[in-house]
Amino acid sequence: SFENRLAFRWFWLPEPVRPLHGSGCGQQQEAVGMEMRPETFSIFRTQENDPDCQSEQHQGQYYTVPPSHFHTVFPHGLPPRYQQQVKTFNEGCVMVRQPALELISHLKRADYSKPTLRYLLYGVKGSGKTMSLCHTVHYCSTQGWLVLHIPDAHLWVKNCKELLPSSYHASRFDQPIQASNWLRNFRTTNENFLSKIKLRQRYVWTKRESTEEGQPLGELVDMGVSRVKSSSDVVGAVLKELRLQAGGTEGGFRLAVAVDGVNGLWGRTTLKKEDKSPVAPEELTLVHNLRKMINNDWCGGAVIATLSQTGSLYAPSSAYLPQELLGEEGFDSMDPFIPVPVSLYSEKEFESCYLYYLDRHWLQHPHSQTEEGKKELIFLSNRNPSVLERLCAFL
Amino acid sequence: MAASGGRTVGSFLWKCGNCCFNFNTVSSNLTRQVLSRQLCVSAVLHRKNLAAAGPEKFSEEFIKKQVEEFNIGKRHLANMMGEDPETFTQGDINRSIAYLFPSGLFDKKAKPLMKHPDEVFPKQRAVQWGADGRPFHFLFYTGKQSYYSLMHVSTGSLVGSRWLLKEELEELLVETISEHDYARFIQLMERLLSLPYCSVEEDFVQRYRRQLEIQSSKQQVQPLQYDQHGVAYSTGDGRRKTATGTVLLRDSGSGSISINGTNYVHYFPVLQDREQLMFPLHFMGVLGRFDMQCSVSGGGHSSQAGALRLAISRAMLSFLSEGQVETMRQAGLLTPDPRIKERKKPGQEGARRKFTWKKR
Repeated sequence: SFENRLAFRWFWLPEPVRPLHGSGCGQQQEAVGMEMRPETFSIFRTQENDPDCQSEQHQGQYYTVPPSHFHTVFPHGLPPRYQQQVKTFNEGCVMVRQPALELISHLKRADYSKPTLRYLLYGVKGSGKTMSLCHTVHYCSTQGWLVLHIPDAHLWVKNCKELLPSSYHASRFDQPIQASNWLRNFRTTNENFLSKIKLRQRYVWTKRESTEEGQPLGELVDMGVSRVKSSSDVVGAVLKELRLQAGGTEGGFRLAVAVDGVNGLWGRTTLKKEDKSPVAPEELTLVHNLRKMINNDWCGGAVIATLSQTGSLYAPSSAYLPQELLGEEGFDSMDPFIPVPVSLYSEKEFESCYLYYLDRHWLQHPHSQTEEGKKELIFLSNRNPSVLERLCAFL
Repeated sequence: MAASGGRTVGSFLWKCGNCCFNFNTVSSNLTRQVLSRQLCVSAVLHRKNLAAAGPEKFSEEFIKKQVEEFNIGKRHLANMMGEDPETFTQGDINRSIAYLFPSGLFDKKAKPLMKHPDEVFPKQRAVQWGADGRPFHFLFYTGKQSYYSLMHVSTGSLVGSRWLLKEELEELLVETISEHDYARFIQLMERLLSLPYCSVEEDFVQRYRRQLEIQSSKQQVQPLQYDQHGVAYSTGDGRRKTATGTVLLRDSGSGSISINGTNYVHYFPVLQDREQLMFPLHFMGVLGRFDMQCSVSGGGHSSQAGALRLAISRAMLSFLSEGQVETMRQAGLLTPDPRIKERKKPGQEGARRKFTWKKR
């Protein structure tokens, strides 16, 4: 398109002058002299780093997550390849896409005195569901919500080395390692809330240890991190407390439950008991508590979930629709929900991604910088974000 | 060879030292004997080794030079004899040489002679192959290319043609013929061909033979078909190693491809297979133009990709011009890959792998 070529031409001119990190100010200087639309300095970047203020006009553009937010908001939520990319490029840029914008607009307009709304992101493999989820999580944390981000529910139903019988409930099983990891990350994300929220109930862990009513949540979490054995129960307690207190009149925080790979909660597990019989997901403490969280019997927050085929067990690789991946049981529990489809890159988004890679000097091969090369990339990846990313990785 | 005088005899002798030809023995008796002894041996060898003389011992320039020298020598000889150089025939040359160099030898071949180099030097073959080592004649590797090509030509009239059918013969003769009559006719024609000198009557024979349609080695390019919306489409199929694929190529599309109902990125997660699909389109530069619906079965993922690639190339033929078709053929896009799984042999573990060799 005309604008693309124009932007491209003058965008490349000051390349040697512009430092790698200070992308924002450099572009502003150039924009002053040019007659362009005032809000877009370059086609694929936007200065609007606050998810609250982003709208349809920013669609397809990359915004930078401020480095200060990065480690607090996303200790564990991002896809591993994206984390590597962030490390390589020295900046975390997220593309503003339609599903995320839709979700954020829903969240803005929702009534938080009613039971929680559940949103489900679904789409083909690699279309950007997790990234949209992370974008929404960023929005929630900038708005001051308490974010409960479970990076991948599948991690809790497979590859678990230790399975302890639960002390609280006889037939259930604990997963101490996963629970303590998650608690640690939870602590990093929500530092400021830990001291504000007070417990409403007394929890007894062992004969000698208990946590009294009125104690700050932070103490509970610390206890869970240090006492690994009872960490799963601590998780359950934390979830219960948050459920009770979210949207309450005093203190009044909003709770965002972001679950990636939610279909793992209702499928099968690969874990086995000592007598080699398979473990059902209900028999895991973490899963049980999380399911209670996802039920819409509490108010004052939102549940945002994504389906994931990649980590799912016993699901065919072509499945991506909610019915297929959630199964009967899952669908019934999640019903009613607001489905948000995540599609592959549109032309504009693909263009934007391509320009971003060029800008970051990620596409080193000289042929990839030509029109022909771009057509080849479109063909080979079919505009699938993850496929494109993997393809460009070795170019 | 010019026997133009004593001067050149030395050089002449030197030149043809090993060669088996008659030459002047003017200088001395000794040399004469020596040379004559060599002569006898060499003549025999010469007769035998005509074909096996190997690649040319005389280059073309040498022969040309010899021809020039002969012509000049002929004129000198004519001058010497006082004859007219223009009308000096070979018979005159022979007589002049016999007069100038009287020889007491009895063997005709031992006597001095002066003949045109073409008659003296044996007919040789030029180099049979070009700079890249590829032979010119297609029958070179039989060893006797001229013979076999001759045989080829003599039966050329029969190859690629067939006798008239009974109906065609009836049409020609405007008479009804029974099967028995037709059989007799064919017998007679075959008999005629078996006789020597049948090539004299070739025209007569050819009247009763029809050319077989030679299977055109050129690919039939199907014309474009148009569906109800006026969109051009064409089909193609391809095969590779047990996998068969068919492709329906539609024009004015967006480059979407569906294989067996699923997206091609899902069907071929491996990059290599998608590159195979891309190759024909990318080669002709029509990447975003066509929509494709493919169906493929059999084989593994690589062979399915290869089969689809061939199918796509074949389907694209109807959209392209002659020159582009030729470039596609040169690129090898239209050639079906003939490789298949090699047979496992008994006594070996696989097609090539032998059993582990144990020393004892």
